[in-house]
Amino acid sequence: MAKDTFAVPELTPYTEIPKIQPGVMAHSAPFKAKEEFQTPLGYPGELVEDWQQKAIAKMGELLGKYRSLRVYLDACVKCGACTDKCHYFLGTSDPKNMPVGRQDLMRKVYRRYFTLAGKLFPKLVGAVDLTEEVLNDWYSYYHQCSQCRRCSVFCPYGIDTAEISMAAREIMDSIGVGQKYCNEIIGKVYKVGNNLGLPGPALRDTLQGLEEDVYDATGVRVRYPIDEEGAEILLVTPSADFFAEPHIDGLIGYGKVFHEAGVSWTLSSYASEAANFGMFIGSYENMRRIALRIREAALQLKVKRIIFGECGHAWRVAYSFLNTLAGPWDFLDPRYPVPQHICEFTYDLIQQGKLTFDKSENDDKVITFHDSCNVARASRMGNVPGGQFEIPRAIIRATCNHFYDMDEDTIRDRTFCCGGGGGLLTDDLMELRVKGAKPRMDALNNVMQEKGVTHMAAICAICKTQFSKVLPYYGMEMDQVLSLHQLVSNAIVLTRRTADDDEAQDGLDDED
Amino acid sequence: MALLTNFYAFLFYFAAFVLVAGLTRKIIQYAVTPAPLKIPTTPAPTTRWGVVLRMVREVVLFESLFRGNKWTWIFGWTFHFGLFLVTLRHLRYFIEPVPFPIQLIQPFGIYGGIAMVIGLAGLWSRRFLVDRLRYISAPSDHLMLALLLGIGCTGLLMKFAFHVDVVEIKTFFQGLYRYDIQPLPADPLLLLHLLLVALLMIIFPFSKLLHAPGLFFSPTRNQVDNPREQRHLAPWAKRLEH
Ligand code: SF4
Ligand code: SF4
Repeated sequence: MAKDTFAVPELTPYTEIPKIQPGVMAHSAPFKAKEEFQTPLGYPGELVEDWQQKAIAKMGELLGKYRSLRVYLDACVKCGACTDKCHYFLGTSDPKNMPVGRQDLMRKVYRRYFTLAGKLFPKLVGAVDLTEEVLNDWYSYYHQCSQCRRCSVFCPYGIDTAEISMAAREIMDSIGVGQKYCNEIIGKVYKVGNNLGLPGPALRDTLQGLEEDVYDATGVRVRYPIDEEGAEILLVTPSADFFAEPHIDGLIGYGKVFHEAGVSWTLSSYASEAANFGMFIGSYENMRRIALRIREAALQLKVKRIIFGECGHAWRVAYSFLNTLAGPWDFLDPRYPVPQHICEFTYDLIQQGKLTFDKSENDDKVITFHDSCNVARASRMGNVPGGQFEIPRAIIRATCNHFYDMDEDTIRDRTFCCGGGGGLLTDDLMELRVKGAKPRMDALNNVMQEKGVTHMAAICAICKTQFSKVLPYYGMEMDQVLSLHQLVSNAIVLTRRTADDDEAQDGLDDED
Repeated sequence: MALLTNFYAFLFYFAAFVLVAGLTRKIIQYAVTPAPLKIPTTPAPTTRWGVVLRMVREVVLFESLFRGNKWTWIFGWTFHFGLFLVTLRHLRYFIEPVPFPIQLIQPFGIYGGIAMVIGLAGLWSRRFLVDRLRYISAPSDHLMLALLLGIGCTGLLMKFAFHVDVVEIKTFFQGLYRYDIQPLPADPLLLLHLLLVALLMIIFPFSKLLHAPGLFFSPTRNQVDNPREQRHLAPWAKRLEH
């Protein structure tokens, strides 16, 4: 990998609002998707001939399909309340990373082609033609938005820049200008079933390995089943959970929780991915195609419930969109919401007193919790608003003795993005990822100094991967980020024994 | 003088038409455009009633803006609330007989006018003083503030410095209802005030003033957070199912 050529920002006690520096991030753009990654998704392989016309036409189509886009392009009054809310602006100082600055890249084109004022007096209202220069700006800056929706919290009209970024990416894809990372990954899901391209046999091997590891560590046969027809629960989890640190510790934890609950469950090699990158590229069709795989797997395996593992945007797509995209789910057990989050499942068991924890197992750590954007601002857990904030914290408190929240302005619905969401978790955007993480790093560093926090738990595969990579840039250790269910896994007291254990136990008894 | 009166009469007919037709067109457009996915910004209410409350807080208190930026909130809220009082006060020109509450509100309307001008001045100065706001401001953003400030200042001047004959103004507007054009006092300040108001009405449906109806159609604010309980399917998305 090329040596980094940028300066890592200094951490500060409070994340200060920088003076604007126009254009400093114009160079930051992800690799473009080549034909082989574009066509499986239904997009042209390279920039089409009459791209300008096609892009405008696509924009018109989206304006007719999405009320959000239409209203948000009209309604902004340039009040500026969002200008200092984006972690990418705070980390880079580039004014086109201010949410309204980012929206304006599309808004000025919208005004030119779709509004009377922009057609008659372009200069007056800041309308411009869709030139190549503008397209380049779109490609750079719409790929500097992690679609975290922090801006939408503070806007008086709820204008959601994520909606505009998604539309922009869909328009660019439709004229052949796609982002390699996202589109390649979606292609892998279609071909192999998951983002990492792990085929069924590799998954089975990994899971078998996990069973052995857990048995060695605990003496209990916790199962990690895959493709088991007739299981009660289908677990859909990000594929990173199958092999990467710290994700895999989370998967181990889910298995232990299921074991203690005494329910049968299974993974699916066909729907071996919870993430749905169709959302990042704003493509309803691709998002739907990916979501339908879960429906097929559920039907095939004849499960009764669906539970999602720890992943932020996957949970957004699952919680908010799965019913829309791949419903109705009337063939599942109506006593449970479809789908459920693993945290909801674990929390319910804790509420019922069905799990026993030895909190001291986590005493070597002082924990803080990172609310992932898509969970915090685009989904829910449990049945009251804000359950997505309370449930993970309740689980941490049940499993750890030492927990401190970061500064109020940086958690819950004000949480800062890890800097790698929205399909930006790619090495070609390292500068953006490091700078965009600064507000989160400031807040983390503060609780480390003030409260002696040692670890940060997260419930999103992207957050975990991003932090593992970015923490060292700020002088911290990559293993300071944890899966929430890793804490559960450490503290859970395994009581339920399976027939296998009893046999093993008998064997031991005989030896006496 | 007849010429001037006729011009203003025509201007207000035209402005009212553009305002109503333009806004209706936009509102219909917003209403018929589907919202294919549930995208409320959470924590969001899980009931219709909760959404109504959320919306009321946004409209009356500017709740999100309050969280977003205190200065903008102070000036923005002062301006809008002032404008609201001023509008109530002005109803006496358009309604006969004047209802009792509107009579009561008259003195507050004047404070409203002052508040409106202070709020606008604050908002405008931020556009120059804060580098981020300077960057995002187009000429039209400045002009809009100038227009509103012009309306507020001419109005206050008529109240405090150069009085005009309010009875005649009322007669003029009452006459417009019946296509019976009555003479308008040829007071330059009044004419300027009315011209600016008509201009505001005309550009309303083509400008960022669409934020007013837009707020009610914003899916992040007006949607109920219940996607697991209820399937939400847009007509165009439904067609993909077959
Ligand atoms: S907060 Fe909303 S209205 Fe204000 S500038 Fe940002 S997007 Fe526009
Ligand atoms: S959605 Fe997040 S990343 Fe995108 S502009 Fe808003 S705050 Fe920035």
